[in-house]
Amino acid sequence: MILDGKCPTGPLADKWEKHRHEMRLVSPANKRRYRIIVVGTGLAGSSAAASLGELGYNVDVFCHLESARRAHSIAAQGGINAAKNYPNDGDSIFRLFHDTIKGGDFRSREANVYRLAAVSSNIIDQCVAQGVPFARDYAGYLDNRSFGGAQVSRTFYARGQTGQQLLLGAYSALSRQVKAGSVTLHTRTEMLDLVVVNGEAKGITVRDMVTGKISCHAADAVCLCTGGYINVYYLSTNSMGSNVTAAFRAYRKGAFFANPCFTQIHPTCIPVTGEHQSKLTLMSESLRNDGRVWVPRIREDRRAPGEIPEEERDYYLERKYPSFGNLAPRDISSRAAKEVCDEGYGVGASGRGVYLDFAEAIKRVGEDKIRERYGNLFDMYQKITDENAYKQPMRIYPAPHYAMGGLWVDYNLQSNLPGLFVLGEANFSDHGANRLGASALMQGLADGYFIIPYTIADYLARTEPGKVSTGDPEFIKSVEETERFMKRLLCVKGKKTVDEFHRQLGSIMWENAGMVRSRESLTKALTLISGLRAEFWQDVLVPGGEAELNQELEKAGRVADFLEFGELLVRDALHREESCGSHFRVEYETPEGEAKRDDENFCYVAAWEFRGGKEPELHKEPLVFENVHLAVRSYK
Amino acid sequence: MYFFRSQVGRKIVMSVSGFLMLAFVAVHLLGNASMYGGPESMNSYASALHRFPLLIWIFRLMLLVMFYLHVFYGIALTLENRAAKPEPYAVKNYIQATFAGRNMIWTGLLIGVFVIYHLLHFTFQVTNPQIAAGSHPDAMGRPDVFMMVVLSFRKLTISAVYVCAMIALGLHLSHSVQSAFQTVGLNGDRSLPIIIRAGMVAAIVISLGFAAFPIFIFTRILG
Amino acid sequence: MDLTLFVWRQSGPGKPGRLEEYKANEISPDMSFLEMLDVVNQDLIKSGVEPIAFDHDCREGICGTCSQVINGVPHGPLKETTVCQLHMRHFKSGDTIYIEPWRAKAFPVIKDLIVDRSALDRIMQSGGYVSVHTGGVPDANAVLIPKADADRAMDAAACIGCGACVAACPNGSAMLFTAAKVAHLARLPQGQVEAARRVCLMTEAMMQEGFGNCSNHYECQAVCPKGIKVQFIAKLNREFIKSRI
Ligand SMILES: Cc1cc2nc3c(=O)[nH]c(=O)nc-3n(C[C@H](O)[C@H](O)[C@H](O)COP(=O)(O)OP(=O)(O)OC[C@H]3O[C@@H](n4cnc5c(N)ncnc54)[C@H](O)[C@@H]3O)c2cc1C
Ligand code: HEM
Ligand code: HEM
Ligand code: SF4
Ligand code: F3S
Ligand code: FES
Repeated sequence: MILDGKCPTGPLADKWEKHRHEMRLVSPANKRRYRIIVVGTGLAGSSAAASLGELGYNVDVFCHLESARRAHSIAAQGGINAAKNYPNDGDSIFRLFHDTIKGGDFRSREANVYRLAAVSSNIIDQCVAQGVPFARDYAGYLDNRSFGGAQVSRTFYARGQTGQQLLLGAYSALSRQVKAGSVTLHTRTEMLDLVVVNGEAKGITVRDMVTGKISCHAADAVCLCTGGYINVYYLSTNSMGSNVTAAFRAYRKGAFFANPCFTQIHPTCIPVTGEHQSKLTLMSESLRNDGRVWVPRIREDRRAPGEIPEEERDYYLERKYPSFGNLAPRDISSRAAKEVCDEGYGVGASGRGVYLDFAEAIKRVGEDKIRERYGNLFDMYQKITDENAYKQPMRIYPAPHYAMGGLWVDYNLQSNLPGLFVLGEANFSDHGANRLGASALMQGLADGYFIIPYTIADYLARTEPGKVSTGDPEFIKSVEETERFMKRLLCVKGKKTVDEFHRQLGSIMWENAGMVRSRESLTKALTLISGLRAEFWQDVLVPGGEAELNQELEKAGRVADFLEFGELLVRDALHREESCGSHFRVEYETPEGEAKRDDENFCYVAAWEFRGGKEPELHKEPLVFENVHLAVRSYK
Repeated sequence: MYFFRSQVGRKIVMSVSGFLMLAFVAVHLLGNASMYGGPESMNSYASALHRFPLLIWIFRLMLLVMFYLHVFYGIALTLENRAAKPEPYAVKNYIQATFAGRNMIWTGLLIGVFVIYHLLHFTFQVTNPQIAAGSHPDAMGRPDVFMMVVLSFRKLTISAVYVCAMIALGLHLSHSVQSAFQTVGLNGDRSLPIIIRAGMVAAIVISLGFAAFPIFIFTRILG
Repeated sequence: MDLTLFVWRQSGPGKPGRLEEYKANEISPDMSFLEMLDVVNQDLIKSGVEPIAFDHDCREGICGTCSQVINGVPHGPLKETTVCQLHMRHFKSGDTIYIEPWRAKAFPVIKDLIVDRSALDRIMQSGGYVSVHTGGVPDANAVLIPKADADRAMDAAACIGCGACVAACPNGSAMLFTAAKVAHLARLPQGQVEAARRVCLMTEAMMQEGFGNCSNHYECQAVCPKGIKVQFIAKLNREFIKSRI
């Protein structure tokens, strides 16, 4: 089937404005009669729930964490983009739009990305009004920094805590609605199934993670804001609880999954130290503003960095990409790091690392300035590695970080299942094949504050409120299935722990479907994964019972989904016979070793439909570019 | 009224009443210093105090109210604090919290008991009538406060009681002076450490200052 | 390195609990404290014992989920460091480590080391926000904010809501947490409008939730992973007095 993104017609700049006027509204009196379920309390979920509650809808919010404020969004360090052009360095809505499309290697929708760029300014205004303490200069104006993939300073930040502060802003707006009674919070409650009643999403089935009770909730529309699936690689920069479960169960219920193979590997993370490693820590990309990336010119050079003279250092990013240098986009920087390490120039005990050197910046602006800019990052680095980055360069290496892919949505953020809306990292919409730094926070808040309030009304206005109740057979069926699934996990009673399976899946994915992919590595992955999945269902050991707080059971359910989702990711990577953005196929590279896109055959969104035991079916949404021309992405 | 229900409000009452009692104690110490001037200075000071009965009673009344509020809320807050921490830790290591700070209620109650005894002793003079200043005028016909104090502190038990009470007072103040400033918000980044140290000094000066009397007198250095 | 652990085990809310002894062997100094517990849990699972339940998510010291009292100090021995960022190199082989949950009336234990901190959320709901509508706000640079104020607000806003202050406070008081929010918003022009209402509502909620009073022990500051200063408590007290006059 050819999918329609439902992008409005007309000139790019006017599409959203025009569309807003065409969309239906729900009258204030009627809003009270509609119930909306929001799953997730990250930037997308909190901002959506707060805004919808404020409009007068009844909102039920769910999150699997202990508090709404702990959503993974808090981890964001670097900042958030906005086309404010405060520094007067030539930024504009169109430039932000263009950078994002180009950064995504021309695999995202023009209309969506333009809308994102257009509302970006409102986000900053909104957050400042909420009391988000963005960095300011001595005159009291907002301060900006530059970020990977951009030649202008458009990134707003709050120390190294941008995500935390933005989420606290959204969380406070949410708290205000909870007090007002329009929003009901359900924390420590995990969504385990989407309930679809004659083709429309009308509710969810959840597990109370304290009592283990499985129940369902009915509503007129469901918003999934459940974040990314990058933990399919086990080791990633995401929080331990980040999962694909909510999105994947929706996929099983008929929602299409788009571009799962577009997974971002972040260039600046702290290298792995050993088997025990449970997660990887990101060193914000903003460090690349002042840090210079290099490796020794001599293979297996085990000298201390300080003893390696200038002429024996290879600043490979500056060498390969003169115009962007250390600020080259993430996919490019990551691959470059992998290359030099594969060739044996890597540093650190494992040989899997490159230096990020601040010596020169410290000489230029002084240690205090650097401390003011990145103090908390340097502290974090020291806590983990026991090394002082003011005195010796950091060791960094790429790590799985972000999922560009996600549930397919149209211009209204509505999935192919009417009534199901997907926001934030959980959808696929805006970042194409690679996300630029500081644009995910922007997208999450744009979706939640400024887009869903309009588009969801357009859907609700066409449905009468309270059409279905939890008494509906679909709900009862969903609860039974979910309970059965939990029991199945518990009664395998094998010998291998859930973590062992997850770790194994992670290495399969990382080795064969990571930074570089090839036909054979991917076909190999397919067999390995299905093998591992079979083993999982025979040999997994899940202790405890279901009617209690059982963290192993929670993990088991998520890993079971990752084991199926991993296969979908690999299939998508296998089918996409081109290199674009983060998706790098060795068969398709330019002579200089850069990604070689195939716009003839692959300029589309790949949306996969679940078909039970059979292979998933591929649906294509062609991408049309009327306002940018598909250039070869060059950062040289 | 909300102020007197609220957690912060009641602490402010503690603080203000504490401050005022502190002020009294400080002045009292200075006044008592005239003991060093011998019978003449002490007795004239004492009788000077009693020249304006009205003032004294107003003053005493105020002091009494402060004392009452302080004790009342002190006990109430402490009970609430205990209730807010039902189970103890099997192992607990305090980094900042001091012994004095965690035992305010006990040092406080000790002081309370002492004050009552002290009033019976020196103000109402019922504990040791044989040396009561009221019934033993000095050469100039004034109540011989000097001798009363001296003869009292010649007794080991009385001196011991006073010295112990002063230790309690010292502990109480060692935490409370800085605490009182914090409670009414009178500090900042730079001043807080200074206030903490100054509070310590004040506590030591006041408690030693008072303890000096029984000690010097018992050891015959004074009187 | 090899360690002996005494860990608080409690099967559920209101159930009796006790300290259980476990051995943690061949622990690498590069492990984080939680990774050490992961290793212990893997062994427990395989030996048919229920693993130790503990809260955690980001493992980066920013989400405020991890919550363990290690040898009598919330978040353990390292200054301004959450449990998840505490690494084993700060212990030595043969050490005995006591691990207990946050303890306070307002933080009932749910299981083992997991407690219910939703009381902190309810304090926030009582007034820890600026009542702004989505949309219809002035340009971000319309109101200038002196750098000093913005920085100070950020210092206070850095609170991650972990509740270690409550766990450490001899009175089980949430004063530092609440003060951080009050001070953050009171520093900014946007927050000033509701400052008086906010401080009253939030301190009231604090009392309703069963947190103790602040006796200025400053133990909270000593364990706060984000270095929130008790000067913010003084600021809250000032705001409170202001609101009353
Ligand atoms: C270390 C790090 C640094 C980053 N830095 C930046 C940056 O500087 N700039 C930038 O723009 N982006 C950055 N990002 C990316 C950005 O933080 C995320 O993409 C974004 O915050 C995602 O927000 P979200 O609301 O979509 O989802 P999340 O914030 O991940 O929230 C997911 C929510 O869904 C809930 N949930 C998930 N599954 C379930 C379930 N089954 N049942 C119930 N609830 C569920 C969770 O509890 C949570 O509340 C960074 C990411 C990481 C990991
Ligand atoms: C029966 C007598 C007393 C009792 C029971 C008592 C009890 C207490 C208690 C329990 C506190 C701590 C309150 C808290 O922080 O929760 C306290 C604080 C204090 N006390 Fe006393 N006290 C007594 C006498 C005194 C006296 C005589 C003085 C002065 C000389 C004094 C000065 C103070 C001060 C200044 C504080 C600090 C208030 C604050 O923390 O803001 N107290 N008292
Ligand atoms: C060794 C130390 C002390 C000595 C020698 C001393 C001496 C005296 C004397 C002589 C009087 C009677 C004055 C008069 O009525 O003529 C008096 C009264 C009093 N003292 Fe002390 N005192 C001492 C310590 C204290 C302390 C530590 C406190 C409080 C904590 C205190 C509180 C009072 C009070 C409340 C009165 C009653 C004042 C009045 O009459 O209104 N004294 N003291
Ligand atoms: S003040 Fe510090 S200790 Fe208390 S919750 Fe905030 S971060 Fe945690
Ligand atoms: S330790 Fe407790 S008493 Fe106050 S200063 Fe901190 S809250
Ligand atoms: S796990 Fe997030 S702060 Fe420790």
